[in-house]
Amino acid sequence: MALEPDALTPEQTILVRDDSGAPVAVTAPGAPVGSEGSLVRQIVRVFIDNRLAVVGAAIVVLMVLFCYLGPVFYHTNQTNAQTALLNSTQNSPPNAHNLLGTDDNGFDILGRIMYGGQTSLEIGFAAAAIATVVGVLWGAVSGFFGGVVDAIMMRVVDVFLSLPTIYLLITLTVIFQASEGLLILVIGLTAWLVPARLVRGETLTLRVREYVQAVKVMGGKGSRVVLRHIIPNAIGAIVVNATFQVADAILILAALGYLGLGVPAPKTDWGSMLSNGVGYVTTGYWWEIYPVAIAIVLVVVSLNFIGDALRDALEVRLQQR
Amino acid sequence: MLVGVTLVTFVLAHVIPGGAARAALGARATPGQVASFNRINGYDLPLWDQLYRYLQGLVVHFQLGYSYKSNQPVKDLIFSRLPKTLVLLGLSTIVALVVAIPLGIVQVVRRNKPVDYALTGMSFLLYAMPDFLIGLLLILYFAVDLKWFSISAPNASTVQGILADPRGLVLPVLTLASTTVAAFSRYMRSSMMDVLTQDYIRTARAKGASERRVLYRHALRNALISIVTLLGLSIPVIVSGAVVDETVFNYPGMGLLTYNAALNNDVPLLLGTTFVAAISVIVGSFVADVLYAVVDPRIRYGRR
Repeated sequence: MALEPDALTPEQTILVRDDSGAPVAVTAPGAPVGSEGSLVRQIVRVFIDNRLAVVGAAIVVLMVLFCYLGPVFYHTNQTNAQTALLNSTQNSPPNAHNLLGTDDNGFDILGRIMYGGQTSLEIGFAAAAIATVVGVLWGAVSGFFGGVVDAIMMRVVDVFLSLPTIYLLITLTVIFQASEGLLILVIGLTAWLVPARLVRGETLTLRVREYVQAVKVMGGKGSRVVLRHIIPNAIGAIVVNATFQVADAILILAALGYLGLGVPAPKTDWGSMLSNGVGYVTTGYWWEIYPVAIAIVLVVVSLNFIGDALRDALEVRLQQR
Repeated sequence: MLVGVTLVTFVLAHVIPGGAARAALGARATPGQVASFNRINGYDLPLWDQLYRYLQGLVVHFQLGYSYKSNQPVKDLIFSRLPKTLVLLGLSTIVALVVAIPLGIVQVVRRNKPVDYALTGMSFLLYAMPDFLIGLLLILYFAVDLKWFSISAPNASTVQGILADPRGLVLPVLTLASTTVAAFSRYMRSSMMDVLTQDYIRTARAKGASERRVLYRHALRNALISIVTLLGLSIPVIVSGAVVDETVFNYPGMGLLTYNAALNNDVPLLLGTTFVAAISVIVGSFVADVLYAVVDPRIRYGRR
């Protein structure tokens, strides 16, 4: 009989009869991905194996420290536009007092990258968290129940997928006044579609597995099956996607900032800063463009490295190739 | 799909805090002005009646309302801009494919060699750069320093006028293509690698086909199938990218229209452009589906 090892749960061993009728033990390949511990261990292994991922993770950690602890050591005024205008020259190149110069409002650029970075990173991570939680629940419920529920829930996803993100974001930020919280919400709520589809696909393959059937037979409720059995087993794909979500959210926020729909003053974000700086692209004020551009690119590239490494490690399908 | 998109825009129009009248007339409008605005625009009718009228207007007359700012029908504003955006989208998608497919092949032929690593690094970098930054850097080097192309896009009011000025089109098209090139070439590389592990490739090699023939006759054609799928999926991304691109280059398309509508709080115009953008995505995905069946003879919709 033809037996696909993929049809088994990882490391599950069963006895089957081969063509001659003799019993053979078949063990499914791959490590179990059921428990928290094994996931953490797998992730640690990825980082040991993959140097780019280590560099990426280091850069992200350093950038978070830089944005949040940096202001403790490097004191700058980033909130009061009046004192900024009075106490320093505008558009001044890097000097001993302002290590990366100042912008057109007299704000210190290095301090501003830290300050704006806090907003960009917060929005990036929080929006990705919202997108992932909403998407995972939506996809798992849709895939688990199937039938009419699945059809309706997936058509909703299709409709939102056909609305180009930036149009929806622009409309929403104009209708409701932009603020950090709103940006987190709207970016998160426009990005949940991909995890929803992903998790639905995973759920469709998981819900026919023996262990899920067993839970059902034992009288496990739907919510228990979804939360305790299906989602933990799809966690690899979810974590990989979440990493890319953070990178994409930071980029989308940068685009909104460029269109003037970023975080309103006196707060700022990297996109708004860059948008402000590129106004001086022809005057040669490089310190208002390149440092913040490098910050965005570094974080996004690092997150992509981490995501790629995680995908290689967590998605068993790819490992077997 | 269409119904869903329509419903979303209708709901968006009705969740404006303070109502549409406040958005149009400003915070200082008197209650009398608000009431008459609501009466003229039918906002005082029951919600279901409004939805019915909205749908009727949309289906029969393709009526999308009037712009608050210019008082012109949203429909006219959009249709004067849409062809220009389609030119931009079409050209940049073609450029992206023409650049990305050979790049992907080069990476597969020279896999795990310096060229592969360099191109992979480049596509990561392109992907991580915000679109507007790429556009501005291109302007800085090719328009300001080298003076090869002009800084802003052709401003002609007709499509012919825009096509008559190819020097102005180069940078906007390149900018919009750059982000998709990164994704397409990465995908091309991985799907070629995928195809090369298949049994029929081994068979082709075993019967003595040259490496060239294996690559171009056997592998490329099968790898292209997945590129068509990706093309369909990236249409929303490209349409979104056009908004930023048109703003950077001041290209008079639908994206710039949307941007200006956002600056003016022109909600009906915004909803109109969102609606039309969604329709173009649906049409685009449909075209990609048809292409999919053309490229891959195994897929024939409706006949199994």
